[in-house]
Amino acid sequence: MNKMQKRLKTPISESDARALKAGETIYLDGVVYTGRDEVHIHALEHFEKGQKIPVDFRGAALFHCGPIMKKVGDKWEVVAAGPTTSSRMNSLEPQFIEKFRPGAIIGKGGMSQPTIDAMKTFGCVYLAITGGAAVLAAKGIKSVSGVEWFELGMPEAIWIMNADNFGPLTVAIDAHGNSLFADVNTKVKENEQKVRAKLGLK
Amino acid sequence: MVTEVDIQNAIVELLRKTVVKLPADIERRIRQAYAEETDEVPRMQFKAIVDNIELAEKGNTPMCQDTGVTIFYVTLPRECKVNVEKGIVEGVRKATKEVPLRPNAVHPLTRKNPGDNVGERMPYINWKVADQDYIEVTVMTKGAGSENMSQLAMLTPSAGLKGIKEFALNTVMRAGSNPCPPTVIGMGIGGSADICMKLAKEALLRPIDQRHKDPEIAKLETELLESMNMLGIGPMGLGGKTTMLGLNIEYAYCHTASLPVAINVQCWAARRGTVRIYPDGKLEFPIHER
Repeated sequence: MNKMQKRLKTPISESDARALKAGETIYLDGVVYTGRDEVHIHALEHFEKGQKIPVDFRGAALFHCGPIMKKVGDKWEVVAAGPTTSSRMNSLEPQFIEKFRPGAIIGKGGMSQPTIDAMKTFGCVYLAITGGAAVLAAKGIKSVSGVEWFELGMPEAIWIMNADNFGPLTVAIDAHGNSLFADVNTKVKENEQKVRAKLGLK
Repeated sequence: MVTEVDIQNAIVELLRKTVVKLPADIERRIRQAYAEETDEVPRMQFKAIVDNIELAEKGNTPMCQDTGVTIFYVTLPRECKVNVEKGIVEGVRKATKEVPLRPNAVHPLTRKNPGDNVGERMPYINWKVADQDYIEVTVMTKGAGSENMSQLAMLTPSAGLKGIKEFALNTVMRAGSNPCPPTVIGMGIGGSADICMKLAKEALLRPIDQRHKDPEIAKLETELLESMNMLGIGPMGLGGKTTMLGLNIEYAYCHTASLPVAINVQCWAARRGTVRIYPDGKLEFPIHER
């Protein structure tokens, strides 16, 4: 390990976000909101109509996640909470960042250029967490303080989670336009020629 | 005589084992890929995957929050009086509450979630009959991140082997970081549009260390797997030596005028399970008895 491990705490200010560099490993403390397809759709619809949404995403960590939750007594507990594929939110995320200003988005697989641009403009980072590693991720969630929009179904609701040493998270897109996924894509494109040669393709 | 309740309980147990623990062939390949990896970023991804596999088993907890939709493959004995379908459906309902599984099944248009993974044609069951005294039920709990990257191509016969390879390469590159690589690829060749997609999924039921019995198909499996692993997409698309854990192909004869090719993408958490239910009620879990 030649890179420093950092801790990040919510709310994440614009300068906190801009201080992070692509390739760093960090651990997160504070409040994490889950939000995926339906939350993006509904939050933006509410915004268009001038209606309030039940949580304030400003400086928040937005987690692309549809967890498995279990109710014990009157309290919710996290069973498994890994990331979902972030690219499904590509078409709505630039607007979401502009309107709601989260400080970090946690997910897997990376996001497209318009989101990278929005992150650069508004000071937001993309933190990659290992897909499928949902029990490991759940270890970093100490408690659940509530749920909003539960009528969207368990995977699509906004779960309000309290994170402690949540990670490891890789800063995969920073607020300066750098993306580890874009770097890998460039290499994959180069490698494609070798693969084509091996397969006897043009 | 096996009852519907026996089937139901067997299904709950099958689903629990399937979402908690990976088949031996998959776990072995993941550990080997971790050992072979030298770069820091992909090593961290593999460490998280391996740690997670161990934590899931220790806590008897689903390894991934996406416990998928439940696709079943059932082989019935010629004489079977029990309502296996009802046993499976009620088993899924019970497992959703007890394991628990994430309620994933929604209406495709209204997106309404009944909360129990049961709805129109879901769980989906494929049926076969054979000369055997036990009921065999195999399940694939298939997540959407990988499923969404699946593709079908209706190639022309003139596209031939090159066309098949081109389609495979393009599909894997387009999937990139999205399906939770390192992936397992199930490929169908031939049949018709619907048969081909089914074959692609069924290919995922074979252990990844077993090559197809037809040497030509086996050769193509190895060639495609080795080639795709030169792409460098790596675990979670963050770069690395292993992009794909395995690649299995199943084929069927097709119309002389067509060449269907299909790919069903599976994530590293390539969960599958089987239960055999004997007439005396005895259960066997061949994939999970290890």
